Amino acid sequence: MAEVEETLKRIQGQKGVQGIIIVNSEGIPIKTTLDNASTMQYAGLLHQLVMKARSTVRDIDPQNDLTFMRVRSKKNEIMIAPDKDYFLIVIQNPSD
Amino acid sequence: GQLALTEAELKEEITRTLTTNNPHAPQNIVRYSFKECSYKPVLVMDQMAVHFEMEGNLVYRDLDEARRLEGLPKGSYLNIFNCHINTAFKVNITEAHPDEEKPDTPVNICFLYLNQNKVTLAKAIPHVCFPQVTPASKADKEPKVRSQFNFSEMASQTLNNPMTEISCQTEPPQHCTFSANANQWEIYDAYVEELQKQEKNKEKQKTIQLKEDGDKSKKKMMLTETQNDDINKLGKAAKIIERMLHQNRFDDIAQDFKYFEDPSDEFRGQQGTILPLWEFHYDKIKKLSVTALCWNKKYPDLFSVGLGSWRGMLVFYSLKNSTFPEYIYPTSSSVLCLDIHEQRSYLVAVGFYDGCVAVYNLKREGQEPVYKSTAKTGKHTDPVWQVCWQNDDIENHHNFYSVSSDGRVVSWTLIKVIKDHIKRMKKYKTYLILPLFHTCGTSMDFHKQIDYLFLVGTEQGKIHKCKTYSRQYLETYAAHDMPVDTVKWNYFHPNVFISCSSDWTVKIWDHTINTPIFTFDLKAAVGDVAWAPYSSTVFAAVTTDGTVHIFDLNINKDEPLCQQAVMAKHRLTHIEFNPTHPIIIVGDIRGDVASFKLSPNLRQKQKMKKGQVQPKGPEVEVAKMEKLLRLMRGPDLE
Repeated sequence: MAEVEETLKRIQGQKGVQGIIIVNSEGIPIKTTLDNASTMQYAGLLHQLVMKARSTVRDIDPQNDLTFMRVRSKKNEIMIAPDKDYFLIVIQNPSD
Repeated sequence: GQLALTEAELKEEITRTLTTNNPHAPQNIVRYSFKECSYKPVLVMDQMAVHFEMEGNLVYRDLDEARRLEGLPKGSYLNIFNCHINTAFKVNITEAHPDEEKPDTPVNICFLYLNQNKVTLAKAIPHVCFPQVTPASKADKEPKVRSQFNFSEMASQTLNNPMTEISCQTEPPQHCTFSANANQWEIYDAYVEELQKQEKNKEKQKTIQLKEDGDKSKKKMMLTETQNDDINKLGKAAKIIERMLHQNRFDDIAQDFKYFEDPSDEFRGQQGTILPLWEFHYDKIKKLSVTALCWNKKYPDLFSVGLGSWRGMLVFYSLKNSTFPEYIYPTSSSVLCLDIHEQRSYLVAVGFYDGCVAVYNLKREGQEPVYKSTAKTGKHTDPVWQVCWQNDDIENHHNFYSVSSDGRVVSWTLIKVIKDHIKRMKKYKTYLILPLFHTCGTSMDFHKQIDYLFLVGTEQGKIHKCKTYSRQYLETYAAHDMPVDTVKWNYFHPNVFISCSSDWTVKIWDHTINTPIFTFDLKAAVGDVAWAPYSSTVFAAVTTDGTVHIFDLNINKDEPLCQQAVMAKHRLTHIEFNPTHPIIIVGDIRGDVASFKLSPNLRQKQKMKKGQVQPKGPEVEVAKMEKLLRLMRGPDLE
């Protein structure tokens, strides 16, 4: 239990990390370090994206599954690691 | 008065046409058109002029109403309907007399009125439609007679009871919305679940006897699962994210690791360099020094670090995350040596300063080793300097050897004890093999190909070659003046081994010859030495002045190809080559581990003459070494 908490703390403390959001399987954020409005936005949009990506991967080969996704933009990078019931979204600006 | 006209005007012919235009119809009506948002003249006007209009009480006989009225008895009052005089219909009318022999005689009739029981027909205006009236059937009662001209109905309304609506609504059946996708993978998942259920059922049927105990534990497990169904499931995702972040942060190092080949090596002649890559720190290991390093053969990005000084720790790092270790095992006593099993890379054998040995299983939860030796089971009385895994014995038990300053080389075997049909946790037996008679062993290595042959380095500086099943030494080499820190067999050539010691020297031997083939003086106490896994003639050594030396005997028999000061010149304690990547890790006395990439000059393959195909395989390496040995021995033999 404490291990995961510690890992999350370490992630939060890493260079350039702007925020962490944990979203459950229905797209509702359960834990976040950003403000409410941004969280809702990220959660809603990324949930759909991850579902679509996962569906794509599994449609091609049902024995396959999505391990992680990275969306790199000009200003930052959004990393999403899906799990069975949750996903973890981290926004990092690597040049910070 | 009269209008006075001239002659010409009088003779003027004025045409008068007779049109069907209605002179009274307006000709300039304008209407607002919302479509065009403007007033538009209405061009077409209705030109009909009605001269005469009369509302009559005649009904066309083919209409439904007429048919309905036909059913009316004699003397009924007829409904009054409008009809224009201009319409013309042909009428068939029957005679209203009871005897109807000629029913269809067309008659010119105009007007029909009912008077008591008689029906009078009279002549009328032509082209008028008439309703048809059939005589009432005899069964009818006497019709009511009403005056046609002076009749008014007087009706009165009774009290209408107010209406109330009484209704009851049942509870609607519960409904919930269900939606799902039917994808390829949803179907696959469903099948897999079904299969698993079936398998579970089969298993349940098989193990019905051992149910009771199993049930209790299963129930316990289910309870705990529902309690923490929140963040703990994120463990894997969090780990992946941490690695991704790490990759981003150290992107340049990752790129270097994978792709960078120092181009300046071409200009350096034979010299090479080592490029610093990741550095591994962990807060809690300050003031501990690195006492052992070992790469994991199955996962070449994972390596283990043994640490110790006043207390010990065993940590595992992955190259994918240099900020935090993957596994951490604090120990009460300093870790002095460790070895990872070749095939079962989750088993790690560890030797401690207090003489104990332990085996950790990385797959198990918890920070305790799965096996630990105690005084009862025969632990060493002095620090254990080296442990080595060996192949499983005949009964498929894992076993390893340890050497210690107390003068013993001990073989440990892990045996599972089965009691009461339930596999209980495991004991191990020890076999004392080799008391070293007044000498203290400080290092050990088993031959790569020959299972039972091994070397032991001692505190006195001697190296003994031994067999595991015999208590006699096969050979003793007077190697060094100070304790032998490391002794290692060559990966390729079966006769060659290397040794290093705090007497500043590194020596290379052929085990058939009593004197070293090569001797190198490194000007400082040598902490560790290691052969390269990709070449039989390359080895690396670290010294206490913080320098890494890398030699390739094939290229230069006397000088190192690389002599580089690393890690802020702290005392370096250990060095290891990665089995697959061109990387080395170096541990120092401060507990830090740094990784370096070997530049191309240090990984040279044999230069072939033009046109010859580069041979591959370990035989090449053996041949290379053999050539060197012959070269060195040559003058001696003669």
